[in-house]
Amino acid sequence: MKIGIPKEIFKDERRVAATPPSVHKLIGLGYEVVVEGGSGEAANYSDQAYEKVGATIAADTTSLWREADFILKVRAPMENPSLGKHEVDLMKEGAFLVSYIWPAQNPELLEKLAAKKITSFAIDSLPRISRAQKMDALSAMANIAGYRAVIEAANNFGRFFTGQVTAAGKVPPAKVMVIGAGVAGLAAIGAANSMGAIVRAFDTRLEVKEQVESMGAEFLELDFGDEEGSGSGGYAKQMSDEFIKAEMALFAEQAEEVDIIITTALIPGKPAPKLITAEMVKSMKPGSVIVDLASERGGNCELTEPGKVAHHHGVTLIGYTDLPSRMAKVASDLYATNLVHLLTELTPEKDGQPLVNMEDDVIRGLTVVKEADVTWPPPQPEAPVSPKPAPGTEEPSAADKAAAKKDADRRSLIGKGALLVVTALALYGVGAHAPESFLQHFTVFVLACFIGWQVIWNVTPSLHTPLMSVTNAISGIIVIGAILHLAQAENFAVGVMAFVAVLIASINVGGGFRVTHRMLKMFRR
Amino acid sequence: MSTGLVSVAYVVASICFILSLGGLSHQESARRGNLYGVAGIIIAVGATLASVDGGVTAIVIAVLLGAGIGIPIANKVEMTQMPQLVALLHSFVGLAAVLVGFSGYIEPLIATAGAEHTIKLVEVFVGIFIGAVTFTGSLVACGKLDGRIDSKALTLPGRHLMNLVAIIACVFLGAWFLGTDSMALGIISLILMTVIASVLGIHLIMAIGGADMPVVVSMLNSYSGWAAASIGFMLGNDLLIVVGALVGSSGAILSYIMCKAMNRSFISVILGGFGQTTSSSSAADSDQSVYESSADDVCEELRNADSVIIVPGYGMAVAQAQNGVSEMTKILRERGVNVRFGIHPVAGRLPGHMNVLLAEAHVPYDIVLEMDEINADFPETDVVLVIGANDTVNPAAAEDPGSPIAGMPVLEVWKARQVVVLKRGMATGYSGVENPLFFKDNTRMLFGDAKESIDKLVGGLRG
Repeated sequence: MKIGIPKEIFKDERRVAATPPSVHKLIGLGYEVVVEGGSGEAANYSDQAYEKVGATIAADTTSLWREADFILKVRAPMENPSLGKHEVDLMKEGAFLVSYIWPAQNPELLEKLAAKKITSFAIDSLPRISRAQKMDALSAMANIAGYRAVIEAANNFGRFFTGQVTAAGKVPPAKVMVIGAGVAGLAAIGAANSMGAIVRAFDTRLEVKEQVESMGAEFLELDFGDEEGSGSGGYAKQMSDEFIKAEMALFAEQAEEVDIIITTALIPGKPAPKLITAEMVKSMKPGSVIVDLASERGGNCELTEPGKVAHHHGVTLIGYTDLPSRMAKVASDLYATNLVHLLTELTPEKDGQPLVNMEDDVIRGLTVVKEADVTWPPPQPEAPVSPKPAPGTEEPSAADKAAAKKDADRRSLIGKGALLVVTALALYGVGAHAPESFLQHFTVFVLACFIGWQVIWNVTPSLHTPLMSVTNAISGIIVIGAILHLAQAENFAVGVMAFVAVLIASINVGGGFRVTHRMLKMFRR
Repeated sequence: MSTGLVSVAYVVASICFILSLGGLSHQESARRGNLYGVAGIIIAVGATLASVDGGVTAIVIAVLLGAGIGIPIANKVEMTQMPQLVALLHSFVGLAAVLVGFSGYIEPLIATAGAEHTIKLVEVFVGIFIGAVTFTGSLVACGKLDGRIDSKALTLPGRHLMNLVAIIACVFLGAWFLGTDSMALGIISLILMTVIASVLGIHLIMAIGGADMPVVVSMLNSYSGWAAASIGFMLGNDLLIVVGALVGSSGAILSYIMCKAMNRSFISVILGGFGQTTSSSSAADSDQSVYESSADDVCEELRNADSVIIVPGYGMAVAQAQNGVSEMTKILRERGVNVRFGIHPVAGRLPGHMNVLLAEAHVPYDIVLEMDEINADFPETDVVLVIGANDTVNPAAAEDPGSPIAGMPVLEVWKARQVVVLKRGMATGYSGVENPLFFKDNTRMLFGDAKESIDKLVGGLRG
């Protein structure tokens, strides 16, 4: 089957759906690959590079679309102004397509695809389960967007990110606030932090606190806590008016202090929430920068102009909607790899024939058009069993656990008690009946056990092998007993036994110490 | 030499032995510790020789012969063979204890009567029993570690019952031994008991599988100590008692540490048979796939990494890959990569086995860290190389409460950015439990012999 890689025609789109390394892998899956001339140019991949790994370069746009049985693309198919035709109309009937499709926003595109019986996979509809992570283009692009947001901010910011003390004076570090700690937010935190800025982050989901802190940012919490009840229950309720009010107060307070704000807050299927008001922008220090990653969906800031850089009250507002495309090379690399993983899943036999297995959750979720049928939205997967027990049941289970623990404690206490009684009885027996000479030795024995216990716990685990060999060597001390017997042996058999005992115990002593010495000599810094 | 002087010499020797073990708490003082041990034994033997009346020639011949055999063996042995050697040496202590025990019964050094005599007989009996179990058990352990005996657990039907019967038989023989006044009958009962204890020792250790050997060897170490201590009681010799107690508690602590590291009770390890009945849990999801990698890709990963943790296991010892690993460590460190080693307490076949192998290969010991020291660092690590380890890095132990190894502390390698597993094939580890680590998204498998793979990596990193 022939895979076609068309040149992206969306304005300022620099990404490409396949790179020479990914083409190589696609060919390995049994496909032929045709690339439209100049597709990879903006991402620094020449036509020659594609040809070198075995792709052919299509003569022109129409021939590529006509030839290909499987189109890999970045942007959703759209009207091609230079040809005056819609890209879907250029396609072969019954072909396959992978690209961003945004099925919820583009119902008419789905109809159009279904009319041409084009089996379509919307990479943006990928179910977000761990098995599908390797195909998750949204996360890959969000990561790039987060990084680039910091770069754009730095580019428009008149100071260092990191603090410096120079002969010419002291420069304070930049303070960055990131709102929304999703993939993009975390990437932004990481980038800003590694450039030396002081980073703070806010997210309504308290569970991301740990991730935020692991990336080196301070997690901003609302002083709202008491009535929330330690994170049990859903978030919808907590996003009450009161919560939003507290949240806005926090942002207002931070806006006065920080130099850079990066917003990434999105709510699925809704316009982006307005979190930074014109008032807050006004309160920021002149020269500050706001990067609004939600600008495509209306923006988190009231003054954002989607796709543009705006200046208000001395603050630069960056509303670019094409941040991943601004890093076309890495974005293409990652996207192409995502698609290779997808194609690998689709082609289990590696024979160049895609197999649309609608039983597979991942493929089912991706498939928005199957032949002539619109298959979006996919059926809701069975609701996962709630990991948390209902609040009502939590109490008894905790009590159960406590009871079980108490039970175990009691049992171990009984065990210890029994042991104590037995020990006491044994000691009494020894003390009452054993002769004096035995007791002396017994005292020595017990004390030596305790000394051994104390000393051995101090031994570093890396020296456990030398410890074994040295204890081995010194347990050859039994040679003393053998020597005493050998010295006064009268019976020949006893003499022989004692001789052998001295001999092997000496092997032990000599060998044990020698090998310990050898081992210890090897331990060096 | 007067008895007073001998006693003082024994006290000095005891102190030397305690200092010797104390010295092992740090690498810096460890060598000095070993010298203390040598000094202790020379003082003890010298004082004993000075105190005896005759037979000095025979003694000197036996001692020199023994040392003459032992030292060359110790010089020649490969570090990978340490477990066998240690087990073999344990068996010698056991055999010596048996022989001294018999001698002590036939020709007691001190005449005793009444309760003292009974106690002495008990000591003889117990000393020989422990000695015999240690002797044959250690030989079997040595054979298993050396590969001469199949290291799989031998599970005979009704084996617990057999052990129990053996022990009860020994108790009855003991009662008979104490009851009889005839030397001949006493010797017969002693010999019978020795045979039964020897069989018991063989059977006990046969039932324990290869990876439980750290516990077994520590346990036998402990036994050899107790055997020496009971012989000390028999002879009324405090030096033997002290040393026996030191060695016995040392082995007991090591066994305890090893068991803790496997989250298993001492009893369950000793009863053996682990890893035989748990094959059913390998019903992994059929859609899981492993990502295979090539040496070139791994080289690339290593070149781009800032921090690398190497987790070796018994497989590294088997493949003799430690020198290559050391070489790779050196190259990476020269490039400024932070390379460290994470050692699980039960990695290998002997407590501390991996540390010795790495030390032999000239890996600096200050980058070789214990599990507890390094576990927190995995999330900040770029690449983890798992070389021939399996169960000790199994996430199921931490994540799957139904797993047979649930609760066993493991090295949390999967938290690193990238994990590379060097492995021969997809076989399960000793516990027979499927390892979900191999199916994680951030895991790459590098199949093949560990030594060859490492050599390829070294070549790639140089080039």
